[in-house]
Amino acid sequence: MSENAIIEIEDVSKSFGSVTALSGVDAIIREGEFFSLLGPSGCGKTTLLRLIAGFDEPTGGTVSIAGEPMAGKPANMRPTNMVFQSYAIFPHLSVGENVGYGLKKKKMSRQEIADEVTRALAMVDLAGYGDRAAHELSGGQRQRVALARALVMKPKVVLLDEPLSALDKKLREQMQIELRQLQKQIGITFILVTHDQEEALIMSDRIAVLFEGEIAQLDTPEALYRRPVNKRVASFIGVMNFMPATVTASSDTAMSVNIPSLGQVDLRADQLPEGLNPAAVDTIGVRPEMLTILFDESETAEREAPGEVTSASYCGDMTYYSVLLAQADEPVTISMRNTTGRSILTPGTQVRVGWGHESVVLFD
Amino acid sequence: MLSREGRQGLTLISPPFLYALLLLAAPLAVVVTFSFWSQNYLDLDTTLTLKNYREVWTKPIYRVLILRSLNISMLVTVFTVLLAFPMAYFLSFRVKQNKALWLFLITIPFWTSYLLRIFLWKVILGYNGVLNSALMGAGFIDEPLTFIMYNVTAVVITLAHAWAPFAILPIFVALERIDRSLLEAAEDLGDGPVRRFFRVTLPLAMPGVLASTLLVFIPTVGDFVTPRLVGGKDGLMVANLIQVYFGKANNAPLATALAVSSMLIVTSISVIIFIVGRRIGGRTR
Repeated sequence: MSENAIIEIEDVSKSFGSVTALSGVDAIIREGEFFSLLGPSGCGKTTLLRLIAGFDEPTGGTVSIAGEPMAGKPANMRPTNMVFQSYAIFPHLSVGENVGYGLKKKKMSRQEIADEVTRALAMVDLAGYGDRAAHELSGGQRQRVALARALVMKPKVVLLDEPLSALDKKLREQMQIELRQLQKQIGITFILVTHDQEEALIMSDRIAVLFEGEIAQLDTPEALYRRPVNKRVASFIGVMNFMPATVTASSDTAMSVNIPSLGQVDLRADQLPEGLNPAAVDTIGVRPEMLTILFDESETAEREAPGEVTSASYCGDMTYYSVLLAQADEPVTISMRNTTGRSILTPGTQVRVGWGHESVVLFD
Repeated sequence: MLSREGRQGLTLISPPFLYALLLLAAPLAVVVTFSFWSQNYLDLDTTLTLKNYREVWTKPIYRVLILRSLNISMLVTVFTVLLAFPMAYFLSFRVKQNKALWLFLITIPFWTSYLLRIFLWKVILGYNGVLNSALMGAGFIDEPLTFIMYNVTAVVITLAHAWAPFAILPIFVALERIDRSLLEAAEDLGDGPVRRFFRVTLPLAMPGVLASTLLVFIPTVGDFVTPRLVGGKDGLMVANLIQVYFGKANNAPLATALAVSSMLIVTSISVIIFIVGRRIGGRTR
């Protein structure tokens, strides 16, 4: 199929008894990309990862790695290595023995193995930790050992099953960036399973969003955030303000939409999701940072709408306002950066809300 | 003086402590004391002496019996643990539902008394027993097998059966405690089922294997009912002699010296098994 595809997933489904975990999943994962499977718990993302790893066989469809169908190949025969959610560090082995575990099978001399282990440990910033016992490691270090153990095998694909979920917030944010840099540096394909949308956005080249065993959208982080295909994806990734709307006119190149709370807007066809049925559109969405509160007379925006502040949440760098627009039933969320000279508005303040036609997303 | 917490702690542990003192320490102290006395026909001579120990450690009969006991006991232990491991493995890895039921079924041998179970084996292994009748009926043999009854083989079979649950449970618990993702990690890193078993499952199950080994080895050295009933004359063990000295021979001091000596030997061997087992379980290369 695709020129540089490393993994091809074709019409894959998986059932456990009467429970369907995956149905009709199609995806192509490209060589050298950081690919994420994102979704709420129980959406089938881990199941899909395990099908790729070879721990489970699909009920239907095929998984191919590097052009080779993987049916009937157990995990030990596949060119993939996994970083487990629990890290699965062998408790009876030292750090070095853990990292070198898979190399024993390959016909390498003791010295070669030792060199590879040293190199892998250095790669994850654990140089000199080889002789430590597994139980002496902190959570973050265990995660690095698990990663080194996978990387040392030089797999075609590294699979990561929520590898950061057990770490505290600071460490997690640091590891997100480190993992991403490491992946770009060594160029091996990474597939990450996560339920944390922010993590997926930060780390990935492309993300597949899964709901109930099906891929809802497969796109780049930016496209997912800016052009979510449906309301569910939109509200799963970031915050989205939904407002009722109706299409008043549509052609091949443009569409006129009436949004009671904001006003009339003309949208170009190229900013609309593919396959959208104009007649079915009943909702638009706008991200909180795409709306602005115009603090004084001199500030202007492409469009404006009147509203009243109902509440304000101060978060240090940002303030999140709830604003009830004049023609709306529900307040919208607006995030404002707390720059110099900008005071926090109190509930009841009448404000002008600025917006632009490019920030509007249509949903059916 | 003791702090308030200290007194509270002592009060809390005192019931089990007293219990242990009365039922473990006191009898042991009596046994040890007796071993330093001597029997003068019907009278007990309470002057302290090492006479009994000298006799136990020099006369060949005792050495032969103790060595045989250890031998039989080790055979039993090896057999029992080797048979228990697959059972525990099956229970832990293959049984998905009703594990409790399976565990319950494993205790079935305990439903009848120890004595009855031994007689059961007499019925199965005996000259005209179930096994011989079946084999002769099927034409595999022309006359009854005699090497399976009234000898060491019979003792080993009977004891291995009796102690099987004690061996299965600790191994089962150790296997249950193995994080299944470790096995997946081993597979992911290229191990087939056999390599994975020897590199991950077995080393991690070693604490259980060790517990089973000690749990079977220690009590079987001192068993005297089984050797008496199915062991014949070659299957007699040290405990049978201790029993005779306590009973008919009326020489409790010698019996206790023999008991304390066996206890020390068993303790030393157990410590060695424990240390060696720990080393194997702790680091596998």
